[in-house]
Amino acid sequence: MKLLTGNDLKTGAVTWWTGRDWSIHIEDAVDVGEEGDAIGSAEEGARRVNGPVVIDAEATADGPRPAHIKHRIRALGPTVRPDLTLKPADPQAGNWVI
Amino acid sequence: MYRYDQYDQQIVDARVEEFRDQVKRRIAGHMTEDQFKPLRLKNGLYLQLHAYMLRIAIPYGTLNPAQVRMLAHVARTYDRGYAHFTTRQNMQFHWIKLEQVPDILADFAKVQLHAIQTSGESIRNISADQYAGAAADEIADPRPWAELLRQVTTFHPEFSYLPRKFKFAFTAAPGDRAAIRWHDVGLRLVRNDAGEDGFEVYAGGGMGRTPFIAELIRAFCPADRLFSYCQAILRVWNRHARRDNIHKQRMKILVHDLGVEEFTRQVEEEFAHIATLGNDPPRAEFDRIAAYFAPPPFETGLSDEIDRSDPDFALWVDRQTAAHKAPGYAIANISLKAIGGIGGDITADQMDVVADLAERYSFGETRVTHAQNVVLPHVRKADLYAVWQALVAAGLADVNLDLVTDIIACPGLDYCSLANARSIPVAQKIARRFADLERQQDLGELKIKISGCINACGHHHAGHIGILGVDRKGTENYQLLLGGSGAEDTTLAKITGPGFDEDGVVDAVEKAIETYRGLRTDGERFLDTYRRVGMEPFKEAIYG
Repeated sequence: MKLLTGNDLKTGAVTWWTGRDWSIHIEDAVDVGEEGDAIGSAEEGARRVNGPVVIDAEATADGPRPAHIKHRIRALGPTVRPDLTLKPADPQAGNWVI
Repeated sequence: MYRYDQYDQQIVDARVEEFRDQVKRRIAGHMTEDQFKPLRLKNGLYLQLHAYMLRIAIPYGTLNPAQVRMLAHVARTYDRGYAHFTTRQNMQFHWIKLEQVPDILADFAKVQLHAIQTSGESIRNISADQYAGAAADEIADPRPWAELLRQVTTFHPEFSYLPRKFKFAFTAAPGDRAAIRWHDVGLRLVRNDAGEDGFEVYAGGGMGRTPFIAELIRAFCPADRLFSYCQAILRVWNRHARRDNIHKQRMKILVHDLGVEEFTRQVEEEFAHIATLGNDPPRAEFDRIAAYFAPPPFETGLSDEIDRSDPDFALWVDRQTAAHKAPGYAIANISLKAIGGIGGDITADQMDVVADLAERYSFGETRVTHAQNVVLPHVRKADLYAVWQALVAAGLADVNLDLVTDIIACPGLDYCSLANARSIPVAQKIARRFADLERQQDLGELKIKISGCINACGHHHAGHIGILGVDRKGTENYQLLLGGSGAEDTTLAKITGPGFDEDGVVDAVEKAIETYRGLRTDGERFLDTYRRVGMEPFKEAIYG
């Protein structure tokens, strides 16, 4: 599957295209197929995202999992600061990244 | 330390308001990201993996308590309660919101800090020996010259659109604590037989994809001519630089391609030409600046005795303090390398402790080191115990300066959008493996430096043991290097062979270190043994 991701213009937060708008939670991301670049351009033009990029991912029972570790770290937060990740209470969160 | 005059303050305040307007226009949609990016980079604002990152310049690594407290305030108010000291004596905030940046910069301007020229193709923050003005082995404080150069070059039109970034480093001691030969221009303050001050000038150094060690191009540049000599260097680079190829734009490539003799000849020719223009600032301007760096009013008649009856304190004193030029004083190094911690990270509360200690015990001075530690440069030996007790309470009393766990590591893939692999977890695993202090002390000076990509912010080329993280088909892989140095015996580390996964490189580091233990002679550091026996015994142990 392919995901569309970028950063929020004002906050810089990592965001994922949900099919309607943007979410900071990768679980909300949808497969954009071949439409990602067009959606990204339109959304960037509307200043709802900064630096949109289409990435490869796999669908899993827990939701989309980016193919590259860089985007898994983007999705969760720094692996060395679990207290600052989106799942600070989940001891298994780091395993998802690695 | 230097204090802004009305012009300095006006310049910085005006810059804040200019950027406030640029941010407003970007958010309102009057600028695209392509238009905005070069403007934000000129104000030290990057877009990293998780958020915007703001890099604040700390000229020659010197901070006063008000500045340290402002760094703490920003960490607490606008970020997540901590920040990160970099390998170029700057500070980075990793969780910044674009819309708040103008207010943050306005806060910093109140204490004479800014983010100007901490990114982009400009002269970056000028770094210096963290012991400058305090070290027993220096001939004079080099920081007034660094400040003069900073002032003359900041916003100088000739240096505003350079081919690529450009880095100066200063020292005034024979022992190099500023890694001067790893900079575009490294400057060592020296004194000639006539008692005149001048600079040894090294040019063409740099790390990154193509590492080069700077070569000596002038043994004595009169101090009063420092600016025009540096201008000549920059002009020769500007004239020839490969602006068409990002991988060939740094000055080190030009020096290598021209050859140091030809490069030097052209610099000298340009220098002779500039001499006719009278470009150097008048001596009175240097004297004005130097007055801000007058030594603090050290007490005289102090004892050099230290009560070492507390064994933990004695360990800290032996490892974390250095000789001061004034009798009865010491330089105190504060480790930011807690075992299992994140090197260079410091919390807002810890910053406040450092500011309080600097104010009470160090004539209001704090220094940042390129090895990502902090220094109180002027502490009475009689006060060291009180300082140590406060550091213990703040979790800042680790004992590991220049030991195997005093690891330089870039933020790596945990934060940086350029990185290919994580650096911090590798540093943490190595530190845990070698946590035992007796073992660390037995190994002696051993500098491990880790970069998460070829840009080498973690100085892996200069590590006694260097580690470079690379991306191998989407997974992290680590190359091991041996034999580098950023000190006065500067050398370039060499790759041992095939890379490793994260756990594998930690094991390989231990094998290299155990090989050293087996081969060393009395008094030999890891680096000395490596230089004596060469790579082979290490390779055999690691891959055999």
